[in-house]
Amino acid sequence: MNDIQKFDTRLSVEKSKDGKRGVHFKRTIDDHSIDSKYLRKTEPKLPQMSEFDAVRHFTKLSKMNFSVDTHFYPLGSCTMKYNPKINEETSSMTGFASVHPLALTECAQGTLEIIYDMKTRLCELCGMDDATLWPVAGAHGEFTGVLVAKKHFEVKGELRDEIIVPDSAHGTNPATVTMAGFKTINIKSGADGRIDLNVLKQNLNSKTAVLMLTLPNTLGIFETHIEDIIKLCHDNGTLVYMDGANMNALIGLVKPGDFGVDIMHLNLHKTFSTPHGGGGPGSGAILVKKHLSDYLPVPIVVKKEGGFSVEENRPNTIGRIKAFFTNTAVLLRAYTYMIMHGPKEFKEISENAIINANYIKSKLNKYYPAYANEFCMHECVLTPSKELEEKGIKTLDIAKRLLDYGFHAPTVYFPLIVHEAIMIEPTETENKDTIDAFIETMIKIYEEGINNPETLKNAPHTMPVKRLDEVKAAREPNLRW
Amino acid sequence: MFISNTEEEKKEMLKMIGVKSFEELVKQVPSKFLNPKFNLPDGLNEIEAYKKMKDLSEKNNALLSFVGGGVYERYTPAVVKHITQRTEFLTAYTPYQAEASQGILQTIYEYQSLMSELYGMDYSNASMYDGSTALAEAVKACVRISGKTKIIYSSIINPKYMDVVKTYFAGNKEYEFVSVPHKNGSVDLDKFNQLLDDKTACAVVSNPNYLGFIEDIEEFNKIAKSKNVLTVCMADPVSLAILKTPGEAGFDFAVGEGQSLGLPLSYGGPYLGIFTCKKQHLRQMPGRICGMTVDKDGKRGFTLTLQAREQHIRREKAPSNICSNQALCALSVTIYLTLLGKEGLKELALLNHNLAVYASKKLFEAGIKTKYDKPFFNEFAFDVENAESLRKNIACSKKIDIGITASELGEEFKNTVISAFTETKNEKEIDLYVSAIKEYSKSPAMKK
Repeated sequence: MNDIQKFDTRLSVEKSKDGKRGVHFKRTIDDHSIDSKYLRKTEPKLPQMSEFDAVRHFTKLSKMNFSVDTHFYPLGSCTMKYNPKINEETSSMTGFASVHPLALTECAQGTLEIIYDMKTRLCELCGMDDATLWPVAGAHGEFTGVLVAKKHFEVKGELRDEIIVPDSAHGTNPATVTMAGFKTINIKSGADGRIDLNVLKQNLNSKTAVLMLTLPNTLGIFETHIEDIIKLCHDNGTLVYMDGANMNALIGLVKPGDFGVDIMHLNLHKTFSTPHGGGGPGSGAILVKKHLSDYLPVPIVVKKEGGFSVEENRPNTIGRIKAFFTNTAVLLRAYTYMIMHGPKEFKEISENAIINANYIKSKLNKYYPAYANEFCMHECVLTPSKELEEKGIKTLDIAKRLLDYGFHAPTVYFPLIVHEAIMIEPTETENKDTIDAFIETMIKIYEEGINNPETLKNAPHTMPVKRLDEVKAAREPNLRW
Repeated sequence: MFISNTEEEKKEMLKMIGVKSFEELVKQVPSKFLNPKFNLPDGLNEIEAYKKMKDLSEKNNALLSFVGGGVYERYTPAVVKHITQRTEFLTAYTPYQAEASQGILQTIYEYQSLMSELYGMDYSNASMYDGSTALAEAVKACVRISGKTKIIYSSIINPKYMDVVKTYFAGNKEYEFVSVPHKNGSVDLDKFNQLLDDKTACAVVSNPNYLGFIEDIEEFNKIAKSKNVLTVCMADPVSLAILKTPGEAGFDFAVGEGQSLGLPLSYGGPYLGIFTCKKQHLRQMPGRICGMTVDKDGKRGFTLTLQAREQHIRREKAPSNICSNQALCALSVTIYLTLLGKEGLKELALLNHNLAVYASKKLFEAGIKTKYDKPFFNEFAFDVENAESLRKNIACSKKIDIGITASELGEEFKNTVISAFTETKNEKEIDLYVSAIKEYSKSPAMKK
C-alpha cells in the first residue's frame, strides 16, 4: 500500500464531486415567498460525497488516531481510563435522547430523577452538602465555583478581589480567576512541591477571597498539611476551592469535605469514566458546603410530592451558566458508572490508580528520576536523567519516540515548575502487562537516547506525519479550505 | 469493577515498590481522613444497571413535539452515530500529540471550514460548549477589542442566552446591558440607531429571532457600523442554507447553536457552540484552533495552533479559560454536513421552512394568525388564550406538545406560543397539531 492510500490526507472537499449526495430528505419545492433581501447570495462550499464515500473518509481518518481503546494513554492529569461500553448504551436510550430541554417537566421525570440522585450520591462521595451538575467542563466548573465564591462575599458585603493560586496549578485556574473578575496571586510552591505554609500566610490578607488548590497537586502529591492550610484560610475568612481534576487519586478513599473544602469541582469525564471524545464533551460538576448552597446556578431540580420539578427563582443565584441544563448525556454515562460502584468498588479505583503510578515511578526512577522523592498518588512527574540531558535529549523527544512504540505520550512540560516534566497517569484500568511493556519501552528509549540520540530527536518515524512545522502553522494561519 | 489487575499482580507490584501494603503508599494523607464511611448503595452489575437505566428512560414521556426555542428535534443519520461511536474518535483526548492525532485534527480543520462556509465568515474555532456560551464569549471579545462597556442586544433574542451572557460578566458592574425593543416582531431599527453611543462595545442580534421571524441583519449591521460598533449575530446553522449569512451582512462575530445539525436533544446536551469571526479578530478568538501545516518532509499535516492565546500558556492573561470543548459534537456535525452536502442542506432547510408555512396556513384556516405578518424560517409565534394551560391540556389529552410559551419575554408575550417544524414531522402530524389547537382553544374550559 502506498503512503497516499495508507495515510490519505485529502480533505473531504478534495474528494467531492458534483451530483453526489449522502442523505436525502423528502423532496420539497424550492418555492418560497421570503424576500430576496433576506436570502443568502453565495452557496456554501460543502463537500458532495456518497454515503459510502463519507464513511470511508471518516473511518480512514479514525485510523490515524491514538485512543484509549487502542493505545495506552498515560496522559497525566487527564485520567484516560477505560470508558465502559454500557455507558454508551444507556446514555443513548431513546427515552433519554429524545427529550427536549424545554419539554414539560412531566415528560422528563426519568432524566430529572437521575440528575437529582446523582447530585445526592456525589455529595456523599465527596462529603459535601449541595451540588450543581450544570457545568460542562472542568474550566466551566471552575468559573461557576469562583462565581459562587464571589457571590458569597458580595452577599456578606466584603470586598475581596484576590485569589491565591499555587504556581503548580493548571492554567485554567488563573484564567478562571481573571474571567470572574479577580486578581491572581501566584504563590511559589515549597521544595517538595507542596504549598509552603509560610508563603501562604504572607499572602493571605483581608482581600483574599479564595485559595484554589488542586488535590492531590499536579505533582501527584497530597498536601499533607491540608488541615493547617484550610484553617489558615478559614481564620482569614477565605474560602477554599478544590480543583478536583485529580479526584481519581482520592475517590472512595477520603471525602474532601472532611478536610474543610468549601467548593470543589469534579471532572466527570475523568473520574467517572465518560469518554473524552477528542477534547470534549465533558462535565464539571460543582459541589459546595451548605453555606454556599443559595448561590448555585439556576435552574434547581427539586423533589416534591408527585415528582421532580425545575425551579428558576433563587434570589441569590449566580444566574444561568448554560442555556439548556448541561451535557446531560454525559451525566447519563457518569451515572451509569456510579450505580455500578458501591463504596468498595470506588475505593478500588483510587487504590489501583495509586499502585500503578507508584509501580511505574519506582521502576523508572533510575532512568527518569521523579521530581519528588516520595510516594506519589495517582500520577508521577518524572524528568529525563542527567545522562539523557547531556546527550541533548528533551522531554519532547521522548514523547515523540513513545508514539513509534505504540504508546500515547504522557503530559509533557507540565507542571511548569518542573524542568522538562514528564507527567504519567496510568489510571486504575490498565493491567500490569501493559504497564510493564510501557516501562520496558521507556527504558529502551533511554538506551536509544544514550547510544543513538538522533533516533529520538527525529522521532516519530512511523506516524502518518513527522514533526510538524508549528511556527509555520502559527505565522501563516491556514485554518480552513 | 473495571480494574484489570488481579490481587496477585497487585501484591507483586506493591512488593516491587517496596511496601507491604497499600496503606504505606498513602501515608501523606492524614490518617484521620482515610476510609470514611460512605452511605451509598452497593454497585450493580451490568444487567442490573442496564435495567435500571431502561426503567428510568421510560419514565420520560415522548410526545409529538413542536417545541423549539433554540434547539430542535432532528433526525440523525445512522452514519453519524456509527462514526462518532468509533472508539478511535470517542476515546481519544485533545490532540496535543499531533502526529498521533492526525485523524481528529483533520476533522477539526474540516469542521472549521464548514462553519466558516456556512456562516460566510473568515474563521471558526474548534467549538465552544453551546450557543449561549459562544455568544457570551463573542460579547466578551467585543468588550476586549473595543475597550467599551455598553452591550446593546435585541429584546427578542432567546432570553436564556442573554442570561448566560450576563452571568459571564458577573460582578463586573461597569458593564451595562441595554435591550432594543422590537417593532412588529423584529428589532426596531430606529430605536436601535438612537441607542448606539460612543460607550457601546457591541450590538447583538439573533436571526431568526426567538419568535422565529427573520431579521434584516444587513441593515442592523450597517447601522451599528455607521457608529463604529462591533456586531455579533446569533444564527441558526440550518437556516443559513437559504438565509443571508452574517458574513454577507458584514458582522464581526457570528455564533450559533450547532445542535440543529443533527445532534440529539438529550434534555440539554451535549450540544455545540459555533464560534466564527472576521479575520482581524482571529487573535481574540477563544478556544482551540486547528491549522494546516507541513511536516519535516514537507508533507501536509494538521496541528493545534495559535496556542499563545490559550490558558495553558497565557494563564491569567488568557482571553478565556476554556480547555475541553465539544470536540465529539463538532465531529458529529462535520459528518452530518459531509453527508448532506450543499444540496442536502438546502433541501433540509426548504423542507423545514415549507412545513412551517404549511402549518401557518392551516392555523390561519382555523382562525389563528401568526403573531406578526413577517417572514419566518421554521418556527413562528402566535397568540392563543391561556397559552400555558392550553399547552398542558393538549399535552395531557392528545400527547402533543404544541411548543413553548414566550412568557419569559414579558407580559406582552404571556399568551404567545412558539412552534417549530423540522424534517421529523409530516403534514399529517401537523394536521393533528392544528386540530388539537383548534379544538382546545375553543373549548369552554379554556375560556375560564
